Amino acid sequence: MTTIKLTINNTPATLSVSPIKRLLDVLRDDLHLTGTKEGCGEGECGACAILMNGELVNSCLIPALQADNATLTTIEGLANATHLHPIQQCFLEQGGAQCGICTPGMILATHHLLAQYPNPTDAQIREGLAGNLCRCTGYMRIFESVRQAAAKSLLPNH
Amino acid sequence: MSETKSILGSSPLRKEGRPKVLGAAQYIDDLTLPGMWHGATVRSTIARGTIRSITFAPHINWSEYAIVRASDIPGENAIVHLPKDHPCLAAREINHVAEPILLLAHPEKSALLAAKAAIHIDYDELPGIFNIEASEAAVAAFINDPNDTDNIIWPGSSEGGTPNCFKNYQMYTGEAAPTESALVEAFEAADFIVEGEYTTGAQEQLYIEPNGVIAECDLDPVTGHVRGVTVRGSMQCPYYLVHALTLVFNLPEEKCRVIQVETGGAFGGKEDFPSVIGSHAALLAMKSGHPVKIIYDRGEDMAATTKRHPSRTRLRTAVSRDGKLLGGTIDVAIDGGAYATLSPVVLSRATIHAPGPYKWPHLRVRSKAMATNIPPHGAFRGFGAPQSLFALERHMDKIAYTIGFTPEEFRRRNFLSTGDHTATGQPLVEPVDMHHLLTRALADSGYHAKRAAFAESNQHSRIKRGVGFAAFMHGTGFTGSGERRLNSLVHLDILADGRPQVLVSSTEFGQGTNTILCQVAAEALHLPYDDILIHEVDTAAVPNSGPTVASRTAMIVGKLVERAANEVLATLRTQAALPTPHTREQFIAAAQRHHAQQGFLRASVRYEPPAKIFWDDDLYRGDAYPGYAWAVYVAEVAVDLNTYQVQVTRFDALQEVGRVLHPILAKGQIEGGIAQGIGYALYEKCVYKDGHLMNNQMTNYIMPTSADLPDIHVTFEEVPSLHGPGGAKGIGELPMDGPAPAILNAIENATGIGFNSIPLLPEDVYERLTSLTARPHGGAEDLNPVVDQATRTESPEVNA
Ligand code: FES
Ligand code: FES
Repeated sequence: MTTIKLTINNTPATLSVSPIKRLLDVLRDDLHLTGTKEGCGEGECGACAILMNGELVNSCLIPALQADNATLTTIEGLANATHLHPIQQCFLEQGGAQCGICTPGMILATHHLLAQYPNPTDAQIREGLAGNLCRCTGYMRIFESVRQAAAKSLLPNH
Repeated sequence: MSETKSILGSSPLRKEGRPKVLGAAQYIDDLTLPGMWHGATVRSTIARGTIRSITFAPHINWSEYAIVRASDIPGENAIVHLPKDHPCLAAREINHVAEPILLLAHPEKSALLAAKAAIHIDYDELPGIFNIEASEAAVAAFINDPNDTDNIIWPGSSEGGTPNCFKNYQMYTGEAAPTESALVEAFEAADFIVEGEYTTGAQEQLYIEPNGVIAECDLDPVTGHVRGVTVRGSMQCPYYLVHALTLVFNLPEEKCRVIQVETGGAFGGKEDFPSVIGSHAALLAMKSGHPVKIIYDRGEDMAATTKRHPSRTRLRTAVSRDGKLLGGTIDVAIDGGAYATLSPVVLSRATIHAPGPYKWPHLRVRSKAMATNIPPHGAFRGFGAPQSLFALERHMDKIAYTIGFTPEEFRRRNFLSTGDHTATGQPLVEPVDMHHLLTRALADSGYHAKRAAFAESNQHSRIKRGVGFAAFMHGTGFTGSGERRLNSLVHLDILADGRPQVLVSSTEFGQGTNTILCQVAAEALHLPYDDILIHEVDTAAVPNSGPTVASRTAMIVGKLVERAANEVLATLRTQAALPTPHTREQFIAAAQRHHAQQGFLRASVRYEPPAKIFWDDDLYRGDAYPGYAWAVYVAEVAVDLNTYQVQVTRFDALQEVGRVLHPILAKGQIEGGIAQGIGYALYEKCVYKDGHLMNNQMTNYIMPTSADLPDIHVTFEEVPSLHGPGGAKGIGELPMDGPAPAILNAIENATGIGFNSIPLLPEDVYERLTSLTARPHGGAEDLNPVVDQATRTESPEVNA
């Protein structure tokens, strides 16, 4: 067991965990943040994607120790008490979520993409989400959700 | 509210969408019950043989574990399917790799891996049967010598099925004997006889959430007997699992409770398999006295659970010089895997869809599902139809090229239209206009202009481009008399506060069941969509509205919800003075009035077969489905002769699915199906070695990513159907049928070479192209000869 400190969704936390425990399990078991999903456990599907120090990572591949002193954002950290994050709102409106199991990772990948490219081209969207598999949508509604989210966040006052 | 605009045809927010985008939706692995243990499955490592011994290594403290073997099963050691050939746990005989033998549970999940590794099983191994041909050869040997049963791996069953063959069908356009002699005449009269063989591979559903359940067992404290079981899980058909549990535990139905939780994709892969994993977890709960959770990891899910049936279809067609189909024979064989499971039903849909949307004056379809030592194949979106329609739509292009027609013109001369009879003798009462669909799809996709332009540009490019299309249909609902047998029931309750609540066992796993059924109720009740509640699918509370399969939910269950809503209105109008028309406030007031005066209001509505729909199971003739969705899909491809990669560069999908209830959900369904269809055609290959799936990981089983797919253009023709709510038909499976043949037709247009097997990977393209150029007269391979009846000369495949 090691003690690790991290900031999770703007809240500091100190945990005592095995240093090789997967960050995915730390989130789900120790922090009870079950919005981060496991689809493959081998870095292929992106269902476990989160933001770590602003980078999009697959939490199933990260040992807990590596998250020491890190700042993490999971799907639970996007909305505020009353409002969905605009990306969440667009996924909801545009049919970007079907079964919803890929959705948390997909939304965080979109968050990361829009931080890099506020007004992404279609090619940038395809590339930016290529690490996140979705078996339900065929991605078209997801692309539309991303376009709408980009359009929204380009508006002033958002 | 009665004057508001229609809720059907609008796109309200998905009912359970908010928790999904928040990450708050609770899937099975997100749930923990007090005192819960974790379960694991010990599986066979051979494909065929018998268990000689099982040893438990002494370094593990086995007293900490609950261990279940076949002998612990209180009821029958069988999964619920009719022939009862499928054991819940293998007792002695092994029929496929990854067959479950023992179950383990422990309070700590991490303690399971080492325990599994510490169990050693010895086998007497037998040679396995791994494909259709080997299974057929075994049958041939057995017929030749009834003592030669060495390779008979499935004995036959009193429920139907013969050695190594789970089921076979024969379907004729008329009565058998006259059709046979008419076929002889048709082939004699033919100007051309065109033959072809087409094969398709297994396909993994690859829902992103693997199979998982949590089971609890209520044990009598004195006797230790099981009084009841409850299973929660990711699934499509909770009542299937109820029936499986009644068998395994020998309990009455009301003691077996099943609750579906949020389900992360299914596509057929969670239709019958939850009966297996659900029974397993419940047995462990019985043995341990604790709730037990089993969640498969990806590798186990892919290795042990069902896939789409591999298939081989042979067509022989008699065609006239003027482009008319005179007659044909179609022989479909599917690989069912080790146990019958759903193969007979999959085969039935494959059989009925084999003739496609065409008029066949004389046709015989024979089909069979063969046993192999592969884990049982099962349901996957399309359910047999993608296999036989792939064969047919490739073959239609082949005929066209052979007789000197364009693929378009040849199909036009043979399309079914309104008033015609399908191959099962079903009159097409509702309007069908394949000509219009084809015209519009080709125009929308720019097909003709592209065909001309690519013919030109391909001459000086190593990137060969092409366009192709497929025309097809998909029957909505259970095949034949299936809906009559299901006898589905729905409830619509009016709660004390006046809010309506839909109660069905139809499950949501992404397709939009919750949303669509609430829309239907809202429309019929003239209430806002947001007022409608839908009950959690818990068999202790919801009636059996049938399984959530076969594109039946919107059309069949939706219709029942609509009828229930009309009943509620009628009751409130006669008994609680609800005016006509009414406002939302008037409805709530009347509902509350009714509640105060007469108590709880529930409308229960059961399926009533449409008066004019009839199916004869023995003759295999009649009205196969209450309705059909019709479609033309156009694929555009680029084949890179440097890398042998095929890229789909654009996809157009036009369909007539009756009234579109929710345009955003409908498009999403179609796009998702097309993506799976593109994967089926070009990416997704199950690689087996001695019955082991070698690529049971997402790293080496490749499904399309966002970077692989083209723009998919989805459009609808809306022709309201008589049978569905608001005129809807089913759409869920249709999009799986068209992509593969459209893509391979486009590849033939691009390269001049007809590929007839999927999945078609770059190495397959490479092999074929290099073997062709290595021949003296490139293209002169005669895999599938065609015969010109006039000259009686055989010629090789003819290409555009
Ligand atoms: S679970 Fe981490 S990438 Fe799939
Ligand atoms: S919505 Fe189901 S996997 Fe993406």
